[in-house]
Amino acid sequence: MGATAGQSAQPQDQDSRRGGFSSRKVFILAAIGSAVGLGNIWRFPYVAYENGGGAFLLPYLVALLTAGIPFLLLDYALGHRHRGSAPLSFARLRRGAEGLGWWQVGICFVIAVYYAAVIAWALRYTFFSLDEAWGADPEGFFFGEFLQAGDIAVTTDVVPGVLVPLAIVWVAVLAIMALGVQRGIGTVSLVFIPLLVVAFIALVVQALLLPGAGTGLDALFTPDWSALASAPVWAAAYGQIFFSLSIGFGVMITYASYVDRREDMTGSGLVVGFSNSGFELLAGIGVFAALGFMAQANGVAVDEVAGDGIGLAFVAFPAIISEAPGGGLLGVLFFGCLVIAGITSLVSVIEVVISAVRDKLDTSRVTATLVVGVPAAVLSLVLFSTTSGVYVLDVVDRFVNQYGILVVALLSMLAVSWALRALPVLGGHLNVHGRPRMGTGWRVLTSVVAPAGLAVVLVLSLREDLAAAYEGYPTWLLVGFGWVLVVALPVVGFLVARLPWRDGTHLEGPPPGSDPAPPAGAVTTGHDAEGTR
Amino acid sequence: MSTVAIVMMVVAMLVIWGGLALAVANLVRHGAVEDRVDDGPRGR
Repeated sequence: MGATAGQSAQPQDQDSRRGGFSSRKVFILAAIGSAVGLGNIWRFPYVAYENGGGAFLLPYLVALLTAGIPFLLLDYALGHRHRGSAPLSFARLRRGAEGLGWWQVGICFVIAVYYAAVIAWALRYTFFSLDEAWGADPEGFFFGEFLQAGDIAVTTDVVPGVLVPLAIVWVAVLAIMALGVQRGIGTVSLVFIPLLVVAFIALVVQALLLPGAGTGLDALFTPDWSALASAPVWAAAYGQIFFSLSIGFGVMITYASYVDRREDMTGSGLVVGFSNSGFELLAGIGVFAALGFMAQANGVAVDEVAGDGIGLAFVAFPAIISEAPGGGLLGVLFFGCLVIAGITSLVSVIEVVISAVRDKLDTSRVTATLVVGVPAAVLSLVLFSTTSGVYVLDVVDRFVNQYGILVVALLSMLAVSWALRALPVLGGHLNVHGRPRMGTGWRVLTSVVAPAGLAVVLVLSLREDLAAAYEGYPTWLLVGFGWVLVVALPVVGFLVARLPWRDGTHLEGPPPGSDPAPPAGAVTTGHDAEGTR
Repeated sequence: MSTVAIVMMVVAMLVIWGGLALAVANLVRHGAVEDRVDDGPRGR
């Protein structure tokens, strides 16, 4: 394949063909929508509680400032400078790196397939909250009556109660995707992110008014300073920041490619990073206030009711809703927020795939949406609307996060920093229009500190999974839907990278106009556009 | 709530939400793309 596939189009024509966000506000809301997802609501509170409570704030902030935001800015610089999806951005940085982008695309496809199922559950539970359909046994209702989960096996027994809301989620999401970057994703972000914040604040206020709320907050914020000397606590902070910010798997590269060439990506990144953490803090307060009420109502300690993930959302919260005054409203707010946060994240991961397909092939928006969305929806419906859905989902989620996102993020960070030595040119790009400036400190954090933090998270996770079967699942399930999947994704990614680009694709470095002459007197850290090709 | 828990909660709010406020102020002070007419060769 040649470096340029046919005649290069003008930069403005390319931007216009790809679509883009109409303003900084829309981009920031879309990026916040991607970052703020289910993990902010159901993962952060318990991670903080388990890892030192109030003392966790210190490693959490250190992780945010030394790894989260620097890595977020790296993604922004890659996408904004190279004006392409993840594969195209990596290809423009260095042709051989394109496979990293397709690996990220594969991960996003897998995430979309199972993430939609959790949103479908939350959608159903929004309505269940109105009459507290789970009755006196929320756990039995969720796994039994609702999911109809039987023995651990892959079955084709369809559960209509999951199938229907899952189909609704896919129809809604594909309609959003077909509308395009601004009219679809942009409009959804403009409407739903402010709505999410207002609804969640209402939820927090209601939770704080419950008796026992102070007990829950006491449990969350009382510091255990000895935790600061524990390596797993620091690894938990880096892991939380990393998984929460939607970094390292193509989303932020893709979104940044849709932003005006003169936008301040550094300043925008700081807003997105702190917004994500701000929402997590709000979620921690709301969730633990509610758990405090639950503990007091049952006369037990908070640690007996505290939990995370599916158990927190679909077992503990229904129990709280049943006992709390005004529980129906609390339930609608909680599950409604899960749906909104989930949808705005889901559209971002699907956009990674659609954008890559559109860049690689010369397809219209609607065609790309159907080419990506229909197989994803069918797979999602087949795998996750059956009685075995919850087990497959749990395994895929664990492995694609720990050994998919984490590994590709680590390798791409190391490749960009050390193999391609692209940080000076990417920092220079951020500095042309961005404030504050990214200099040596950012390059050290991105090339050394952040990869080291992620490597520790990866090693601890690997050690845990090799010592004992995850959640006690049978080996065939862990191998089939875990290990095989995470090995297949990079293989497929680098194979797809061998396919030719559509005619007219500019592949020789960033497209013309991406590296404008810096303002007179600006410090550009001595970047050289030729140096990275 | 214990005093130390209240203090840690307030510190968390000040640092994280305060950080967000500072980040927004930084972005607003820098100005929107359409307002930054001096971003060209004349310098900032």
